[in-house]
Amino acid sequence: MTYLRPEFRHPESPRNALGYTRQYYEGALSTLCAGCGHDSVSGAIIQACFELAIEPHRVAKLSGIGCSSKTPTYFLGNSHGFNSVHGRMPSVATGANLANRDLIYLGISGDGDTASIGMGQFVHALRRNLNITYIVMNNGCYGLTKGQDSATADEGSKNKTGHINPFHSIDLCGMAIELGATFVARSFSGDKGQLIPLIKAALSHQGFALIDVLSPCVTFNNNPGSTKSYDYVREHLEVTASVDYIPERAEITADYAGGEACVVTLHDGSHVVLRKPDPNWRPTDRIAAMKRLHEARQCGEILTGILYLEPAGRDLHAMLNTCQRPLNTLQEADLCPGNKVLEDINAENR
Amino acid sequence: MSNLVNDFVIRFANVNGTGSASANTLFAKSVFRMGVPVTPKNIFPSNIQGLPTWYEVRVSERGYLGRRAGIDLLVGVNPQSLAADVRSVRPGGYFVYDSSRPLDKSLLRDDIHYIGIPMILLCQKHFEVPRVQQLLKNMVYVGALTALLDVEMEVVKQLVIEQFKKKEKLIASNHLALDLGFHYAREHYDCPLPVRVERRNNVGDRIMMTGNTACALGAIYGGATVAAWYPITPSTSVVDAFEKYANRLRTDPITGEKKFAIVQAEDELAAIGVVIGAMWNGARAFTATSGPGLSLMNEFLGLAYFAEIPAVLIDVQRGGPSTGMPTRTQQSDILLAAYASHGDTKHPLLFPSTPTECFEMTASAFDLAERLQTPIIVMTDLDLGMNEHMTPPLRWDDQRRYDRGKVLDAEALENIQNWGRYLDVDGDGIPYRTIPGTHPTKGAFFTRGSSKDEYARYTEDGEAYRRNMDRLLKKWQTARELVPPPEFFQPQTRCSEAMLFFGTSTYSALEALDELRAIGIDLDGLRLRAFPFSQAVHDFIEQHERVYVVEQNRDAQMRSLLMIELGISPQKLIPILQYDGFPITAATIVSQIAKYHPAATELLGGNGHPHVLA
Repeated sequence: MTYLRPEFRHPESPRNALGYTRQYYEGALSTLCAGCGHDSVSGAIIQACFELAIEPHRVAKLSGIGCSSKTPTYFLGNSHGFNSVHGRMPSVATGANLANRDLIYLGISGDGDTASIGMGQFVHALRRNLNITYIVMNNGCYGLTKGQDSATADEGSKNKTGHINPFHSIDLCGMAIELGATFVARSFSGDKGQLIPLIKAALSHQGFALIDVLSPCVTFNNNPGSTKSYDYVREHLEVTASVDYIPERAEITADYAGGEACVVTLHDGSHVVLRKPDPNWRPTDRIAAMKRLHEARQCGEILTGILYLEPAGRDLHAMLNTCQRPLNTLQEADLCPGNKVLEDINAENR
Repeated sequence: MSNLVNDFVIRFANVNGTGSASANTLFAKSVFRMGVPVTPKNIFPSNIQGLPTWYEVRVSERGYLGRRAGIDLLVGVNPQSLAADVRSVRPGGYFVYDSSRPLDKSLLRDDIHYIGIPMILLCQKHFEVPRVQQLLKNMVYVGALTALLDVEMEVVKQLVIEQFKKKEKLIASNHLALDLGFHYAREHYDCPLPVRVERRNNVGDRIMMTGNTACALGAIYGGATVAAWYPITPSTSVVDAFEKYANRLRTDPITGEKKFAIVQAEDELAAIGVVIGAMWNGARAFTATSGPGLSLMNEFLGLAYFAEIPAVLIDVQRGGPSTGMPTRTQQSDILLAAYASHGDTKHPLLFPSTPTECFEMTASAFDLAERLQTPIIVMTDLDLGMNEHMTPPLRWDDQRRYDRGKVLDAEALENIQNWGRYLDVDGDGIPYRTIPGTHPTKGAFFTRGSSKDEYARYTEDGEAYRRNMDRLLKKWQTARELVPPPEFFQPQTRCSEAMLFFGTSTYSALEALDELRAIGIDLDGLRLRAFPFSQAVHDFIEQHERVYVVEQNRDAQMRSLLMIELGISPQKLIPILQYDGFPITAATIVSQIAKYHPAATELLGGNGHPHVLA
């Protein structure tokens, strides 16, 4: 890793619709290992937010504990961040989201944080269709405690010490589709071309958007025999469809809308265009998505791209019928019924 | 038995799930409406249907609201517990039973009176449906009691009308059942009994309410918009009541949109996580739980303490440890709550002793949590939370404004030069915080449970860590005088000994002070209302040679807390304890304190009550 980052930027660096350069979306210098997949994911988040022209202070980034959960320090330095406790980010994000429905919530987690200690909170946030982009930086191991297998390590995968994992792995995407998630995608930290539009689409999705990003651990799980190494993942990638994210204001060009493309419109009017999909696969069909995922698994393929998308799902606020005004802006006059009402309540209890 | 007018205990022995609760409540409320102070206690099993349940009502003209042992009249309609119920009546007392079938001879005692009312036979004669017969059987015994105890029938019937105002067709049958019992008792027994009620004006403007309902109203008035919880006895009705009143008071009548959000979480860990997330983001949020839930919340409480995030918890304590006695009362979470979580942590606690105080303290807890940027735990218990208590009416000062604490808005951020999230600017240990989304370029910071410097930057520098820990201690000192002060019960001349109590022990402690005085033991009294302990608490203990610490747990947890935090000598603090799951009685307190006063002990009767009062 680099300890020094030049402050100099080209004066003609491209600017987004808000007039900000990409630099405006960066955070502190990463302290992760050189070559860590997570840094590429941070880079993709920065790029996606820059391209979407999001106001950084309108984003709240939340994480649990672990290498992945450190990364929110390394992007969006003008956003509030919350590095909570291990496996409990989903509940903190739920509370934050209930308090202010107008912010964009970006949850960052890892495979230990989500698939082990945080499994309960993960599935319940998903079940409530919490409006959040939930990125799992999945490397199949516990990096911060020096490389123990995680619950997403594949059966038979060998870690750096030569230990072969005897346990079946948890497929977070398969589980999410089964449990009713409304946006499920998988990607690879080394594939920016796919990851950036996926993050853009996820940020625009109203509801729980899961992106399970295979993000190799260069220090503890990049060895021969590991199924989460750079080499292994590159060799076994299988893409459902290439993904393009098209904002609301842009037109879908003839290229995108061509015969082989599948277009899904999100609630805010933006579009996700999936090109060259398998003719038998429809991203909005839950059963077909599960079938495709199982088939890929049987063939030893790592299926990436959008696996399932249900753009019209109702998020937690819709289910609870909370008011449009963020709850954290309500004042005494909105909240406190006053003494007269209390006198009536007293009278009812005599 | 001597004069028992307006001074007796009546117990109802029922099978749970048979509709007895509303009939028994009706009796208690009728006495209350006659202007006589009353204390009902529900003694129920951890079960939904079929097990014994009891409802105890103490009637006390003098206004003693603590539980009192010794049953003067028992209504026994549960065959499972009949033998034990008969045994529990005081000599000279009364046993009211369903005489539809003859009572087994083994149940006959020669030192109590038996009053048979053919409850089910009367119902079978007048009502067709078996289920209705069973339900109205309860009203038959209330009707009989109305005659036996000289309760005003108009009062009882009026309450029935109010209870069924939305199901009017039920009023006539309930009234009929009341009359059946009333007339049978009048015709067959010498009514009223020496145990009876006489109208008084000793209730004033007080109301009958459970502590849980009052806490919920406190949350409504205190501006809570997010409630997150996991169902657990005995706290469940806090959120139930919050939902009921929020639906009524915080829902847009036209759109149906709600100015609140309630999440039934997957467990208590998630419940407190939601609360912390919401308060981090500027909304007022709370959770209600009990001991097992508080155990699970420890991890998050440490985070909120160290990252300085407000949170409000209501701990309705029950019998521990582990699952313990889920439907019995205790004050046994004191140490757990005070020091919840690993590392050096401590949390302010509030100890309400009445529903009125549940309301006030819950509302204030939000102000304190935001002022101190830390979790505040309101420590109630099952007795306070689930039983109806006679309590002063709830009041709200319409001029009152929420104290949102040190929060910087966009304008303040514009004008500030050197902001550090954990910088102590004012010397009170409380830094300034910001809410996400406030300002495009200023005020963003990283909240974390790991060590950080004054500017919220991660650090492993021991000196920076120590500075932060010391500042948190300074904040703790600030809290000492911000939390509610103690209440003193002192005659003009100071006594050499004192009694210290809190929460639901207060009713019986005050009664015990009177009883002790009657046998020549004069004590000063102090009611703790909060932790950390203020200087006034320290001084009070210093001024007395011996202090009896009354609490409802085995290990004298509050005594330990006083020793730890105030450095009081263990010899000075005498534990006075009751931990059988029943609310503490004055007799328990009197008998334990009297042991330290041999001369006075001779004045005590065998039941712990002074002869002069028995």
